[in-house]
Amino acid sequence: MMTQTLVTSPPPPVREARSRRTAQKAGSARPSVLAEGERPSRGARIAAWIFMGAITFYFLVPVYWLIVASTKSTAELFSTPGFVFSNFNLMENLVDLSTYNDGIFWRWMGNSMIYSGLGSIAMTFVCLISGYALAMYRFTGRTIVLGAVLGSMLIPQTVLAQPTYLLLVELGLNNTIWGILLPSLAYPFGVLLAFVFAQSAMPMELLEAARLDGASEWRAFFSIALKLLSPGGVTILLFAFIGSWNNFMLPLLVLSDARLQPVTVGLSGWSQASITIPGLQTLVVIGSLVSIIPIIVVFVSLQRYWKTGLAAGGVRF
Amino acid sequence: MTSPTLTAPPGAPAASPRRRGIRAGGGMRVAPYVFLAPFMLSFVVFMILPIVVALYTSFFQVKRSGLGFGGDNDSVFVGFDNYVQAFANSAFMDSFGRVLLFGVVQVPIMLALSLLLALLFDSAVVKAKRFFQLAVFLPYAVPSVVAALIWGFLYQPRVSPIVEGLADLGVSVDFLGPGTVLWSIANVAVWSVTGVNMIILFSALQTVPREMYEAARLDGASEFRMAMQIKLPMIYPALMLTTLFSIIGTLQLFNEPMTMRSVTSNISGSYTPNMAIFSATTLGGNINLGSAMAIILGLATFVLSIVVSIMTNRKKGKA
Repeated sequence: MMTQTLVTSPPPPVREARSRRTAQKAGSARPSVLAEGERPSRGARIAAWIFMGAITFYFLVPVYWLIVASTKSTAELFSTPGFVFSNFNLMENLVDLSTYNDGIFWRWMGNSMIYSGLGSIAMTFVCLISGYALAMYRFTGRTIVLGAVLGSMLIPQTVLAQPTYLLLVELGLNNTIWGILLPSLAYPFGVLLAFVFAQSAMPMELLEAARLDGASEWRAFFSIALKLLSPGGVTILLFAFIGSWNNFMLPLLVLSDARLQPVTVGLSGWSQASITIPGLQTLVVIGSLVSIIPIIVVFVSLQRYWKTGLAAGGVRF
Repeated sequence: MTSPTLTAPPGAPAASPRRRGIRAGGGMRVAPYVFLAPFMLSFVVFMILPIVVALYTSFFQVKRSGLGFGGDNDSVFVGFDNYVQAFANSAFMDSFGRVLLFGVVQVPIMLALSLLLALLFDSAVVKAKRFFQLAVFLPYAVPSVVAALIWGFLYQPRVSPIVEGLADLGVSVDFLGPGTVLWSIANVAVWSVTGVNMIILFSALQTVPREMYEAARLDGASEFRMAMQIKLPMIYPALMLTTLFSIIGTLQLFNEPMTMRSVTSNISGSYTPNMAIFSATTLGGNINLGSAMAIILGLATFVLSIVVSIMTNRKKGKA
């Protein structure tokens, strides 16, 4: 009962609802003092539509081109107009993609899933438990840890790529799955987000109540906090997933075995090789399309978590 | 379950639970350290230790041929020799100039576009916000390598409908020429990151109390004036954050130019600092030089982000 009232759902999009309502009001041409913003003039609205049209064109046209190009044979790719569908060759391309080099493409996709999926789940857990500890406890060294987290956010992943590669060689972990998975666990930005989330989502009283009921600290985290922090966790998971799917320099340095590479490294290798093997360009096109489908599905379906996450993370600095 | 204990009067019965709390205090004291252990361990091993290893490696040179490094017998301590070499390496130095030029142009354009879009989405001028926001944000889900591959095709004369279309209009452009390829890469970066910056700024705008706008409106302020004098100052921290991360991102440029090397010969192996580090470490086989370069890049990034923070803070003080 207590927990139910204290559960904080992600902040409802109050603003959006309000602006939509006022937009309707403006549309119905009823003069209203309380309407948010004066009704934009016709000129402003037309200019906005044209501008947004151009912007949308710019941001979506490359993806549209990719879809069209994926349905073309190699010959058509170079001979037919780029934005117009030609013979529908998608199935043949997919078959080529799946069979080329014993289907190594799907192996790359699987690798990316392991690195990004497994890696970001583990990383999210590490971030949540750390952020929770920083938010709920006062202990010696807390400020040092917080300072380290904040400071290390200024160290970009790619600056660390070469040094991490050296370390992995020393540890004998280069050219192994662990060489990609383990370094991804250290994600200060995620810890910071979890810290911010925990501060607002987990009331101190709840932890104290759990203690009074005899719950161990461990149990308080697993059966109470983890549930309350899960919206924040999804946000961190999304960041981590996109980030590691994007990871390129470290795998390029660490993984020389093509069968261990993630799909980004594999596709870029094909693109490099297509200078001498022109047929590969079709595979680069269809491979690019296939490789972004899972990430776009995840991305679009969990859209609202991005906004809450970025709002919480961005505003507090 | 928990409510009875909480609703109980705080006076009398508090004594016994508190004693229990003290007995459980051992767990309380140890818990944060246990909870933080996995992060701290990975932090030390994969953020601190690599820097230590790179720093150490950067002070040695392999004198005899072979692939040994670090504590290897072939390694000789050479002090700052590798750093001298790195600074004398004109390709490496040029790469810094190149990314700075890139940043000076790309960051303001990208941020101005993000800000303009965020302000439009925050106003009543644009409708169908959800669709447009998704359209702008979607490229962020496309990995930068794939983005560079797609744009690489769109820049190639034989494949690109854009180059063809412009040629039909009588405009002949070479997106991949020696002078233009840097801006073609900048375009890929703008395409990729505008969305996420727009969302950060938009989220910040959404937290500004609406009452401020109503008050300003009653005072007769125009939408434009409100944007400049209320909205911009209110989202200043978010604006600074996006600027800082964009500048850091610029110095780290790697994925896009590296990928686009397959469509043009005008991107050298050490086109950006990170690419120079990469090629020194792999093709050059000089891990020691590569480490020195990585340390230099790290320091440059650090110094630049401090300078940007100080500059933006001062500006804020004036405003």
